[in-house]
Amino acid sequence: MELWYTEEHSENARFSIRVKRQLFSGKSPFQQIDVFEAEEFGRFLTLDGLMMLTQKDEFIYHDMIAHVPMATNPDIKRVLVIGAGDGGTVRELVRYPAISSIDMVEIDRMVVDVSRKYLPFTACGLDDPRVHLYFEDGLKFVRDKSSQYDLIVVDSTDPFGPGEGLFTKEFYGNCYKALTDSGILVNQHECPYYDGYAHAMKRAHARIREMFPVAKVYQAHIPTYPSGHWLFGFASKKLDPLRDLQEEQWNALGLETKYYNTDLHRGCFAVPTYVRRQLEEDAHA
Amino acid sequence: MSDQNRAPIYEALRQYASNRIVSFDVPGHKQGKGNGALLEAFGAKCLSMDLNSSKPLDNLTHPTSVIREAEQLAAQAFGAAHAFLMVGGTTAAVQAMIFHCCRPGDEIILPRNVHKSAINALILCGAIPVYINPGVHPRLGISLGMSVSDVRRAIAAHPKAKAVFVNNPTYYGVCSHLEEIVRLAHASGMRALVDEAHGTHLYFGEGLPLPAMRAGADMAAVSMHKTGGSLTQSSFLLTGPSVDGEAVRQIINLTQTTSGSYLLMASLDLARRELALSGRDTFRRVKRLCAYARAEINKIPGYLAFGSEILDGDRAYDFDATKLSVHTLDLGLAGIEVYDLLRDEYGIQIEFGDIGNILAILSVGDRELDIERLLGALSEILRRFQRDPMNMIQQEYIDPVVDMPPQKAFYAPKRKLPLEESAGCVSGEFVMAYPPGIPILAPGERITQEIIRYTRYAKQKGCVMTGPKDIELKFIEVVEMSLWSCGIPKSIVKTRDFPSG
Repeated sequence: MELWYTEEHSENARFSIRVKRQLFSGKSPFQQIDVFEAEEFGRFLTLDGLMMLTQKDEFIYHDMIAHVPMATNPDIKRVLVIGAGDGGTVRELVRYPAISSIDMVEIDRMVVDVSRKYLPFTACGLDDPRVHLYFEDGLKFVRDKSSQYDLIVVDSTDPFGPGEGLFTKEFYGNCYKALTDSGILVNQHECPYYDGYAHAMKRAHARIREMFPVAKVYQAHIPTYPSGHWLFGFASKKLDPLRDLQEEQWNALGLETKYYNTDLHRGCFAVPTYVRRQLEEDAHA
Repeated sequence: MSDQNRAPIYEALRQYASNRIVSFDVPGHKQGKGNGALLEAFGAKCLSMDLNSSKPLDNLTHPTSVIREAEQLAAQAFGAAHAFLMVGGTTAAVQAMIFHCCRPGDEIILPRNVHKSAINALILCGAIPVYINPGVHPRLGISLGMSVSDVRRAIAAHPKAKAVFVNNPTYYGVCSHLEEIVRLAHASGMRALVDEAHGTHLYFGEGLPLPAMRAGADMAAVSMHKTGGSLTQSSFLLTGPSVDGEAVRQIINLTQTTSGSYLLMASLDLARRELALSGRDTFRRVKRLCAYARAEINKIPGYLAFGSEILDGDRAYDFDATKLSVHTLDLGLAGIEVYDLLRDEYGIQIEFGDIGNILAILSVGDRELDIERLLGALSEILRRFQRDPMNMIQQEYIDPVVDMPPQKAFYAPKRKLPLEESAGCVSGEFVMAYPPGIPILAPGERITQEIIRYTRYAKQKGCVMTGPKDIELKFIEVVEMSLWSCGIPKSIVKTRDFPSG
């Protein structure tokens, strides 16, 4: 007998992983949550059937969403993380001694509970004393905040489920208000290849650009995400991720990473021509 | 509640489909087989139910089986003696109420902020309106309900009127003292008719204003599609025990289609079932969402999400807490500007915006996540677009002078005059100003200096004028024969000479 997990990357393209066993299956008020174990990728978490992370390649995503902003401003003290219930993003952030507090806002408590139990390799940072967990809608949490975060990380699901509010103009505007003058907003920015994802990617970029004077996109290669080519958004009120990169300061921290390094930091903002066009296209949309 | 889990029309449609009946009748698309584009757009299941009247499916104009059963179940669910399925919108239900009660020349008492469908019904049937001032909330600029003492005075002055017509609740959720108005009407032998277009949920929720049938009204037009979850254009007409149901059906059949849509009828059937079975929980949730949204909006400076604090025991006797209305002038933005910003900037479509307020409708289909988006967008509008606070325009109510029945004025030969020179003439047109959505003129009413002056003021203050053929309202069509009574002005322009645009 064979058991396969399959995700439809588009209506006409599928991605499958042979599953050894299923560790958890449950339905929260927000979504279907499943954890599997596979030979090729170790344990992996899916929400509403969509791949969130695998044990083998999650380091790529979490390195890139955390270290790119931190190397741009290693003095970041107060951080807001939205989504990220698996804990991987927080695991990377708590490695910075300069960070004084991390508010993590996850709408679905069950994702955190399941991750603590089945995905200790990502959830391990959640018990750091600087981390404060809030189980509510990120859009709601950020609405009444003003100039109090140096970094906001939006580690959300795709914009077609409970995460849809985190791709809206009102959300990006509320984030702008919640950030300090040197504040940075980093978000998972979908994939440029398949049409459905690319559309969401273009819309998100157009909305962020409308709100923030600095709005750039960087990339990473994540084998288990649709097309394997994934984007992140970097937006800020004044800091530029290339001009303001604090290479020496960051390297002096001596953090060991598996994907990120400061050379890659310079390179990852160089996106392919078709992606650059997609991002420019929307200027007229 | 025994049979409320049944949906006879829907069940008959399913049965019909499973019998695989070969169709040599209308509609010609034959369950979509004849129109691929339609099939692609709406889906096979939907088109398989777009059928024609036949023995197993009953007939809307003379129901004897499944439609009659659906009507009985609806009557039971709403606490009415009869319920009629309406496929021409609540407009058709309002018109049927008025046609049933009024003959040409009969008087009917109604609030001035009545929906246009009621005035149109007067044009069709020749009844004569007796208007009551609904009053306007001074700060919010929204029109309210009818005062009991005004109704009593109108009944005393027009003892031969056939009916009292009540708008309940208003668009903004304001209710009159319905029970007392019904009592006054009945005490003088008049019918009590209720336009309940915005009140379907009152029958099913808890702690909401009194619905018409429970207040003892004779007839009520219930817009099932607005807050009840059925398809657009489907609606119920409810009648009380003293109304002859078969006579009402004859009236409905005068204007209702003989090819009633089974999609609309089945949607009424299913929506009624949902409301009867779980309406109480649904509207408890809607009320909670609304209360949450109101409280959160009131924390954002510049907005006032008003509620039962506007009640005054008379014109605002009760408030429907499922309505989310927000006053925006303190933000320096007109309601209509906030309405446009929400849609154009944030992709949020709300129901309505006037000068002072916006109105969001919450009903069976709303989710917490979407409320958060509305709240997030309102707080962003404050940050990005706030200006100096604005004042509400001074509203005044001008008692209309009804010189001739609306029907006569509507069909009479007319001339086009500059509005400024039309004092003394009888209007052939509607003029409505938003806010507050109260007609300034209706066909058959005398144009006075006071009206001309007010119109000038309202236009200058940015009110939107609707109704007249000349959208700028520089000109107005008046009843030709009324020209003699005011001395014919110099600059008469015949209708056909009037430059378009």
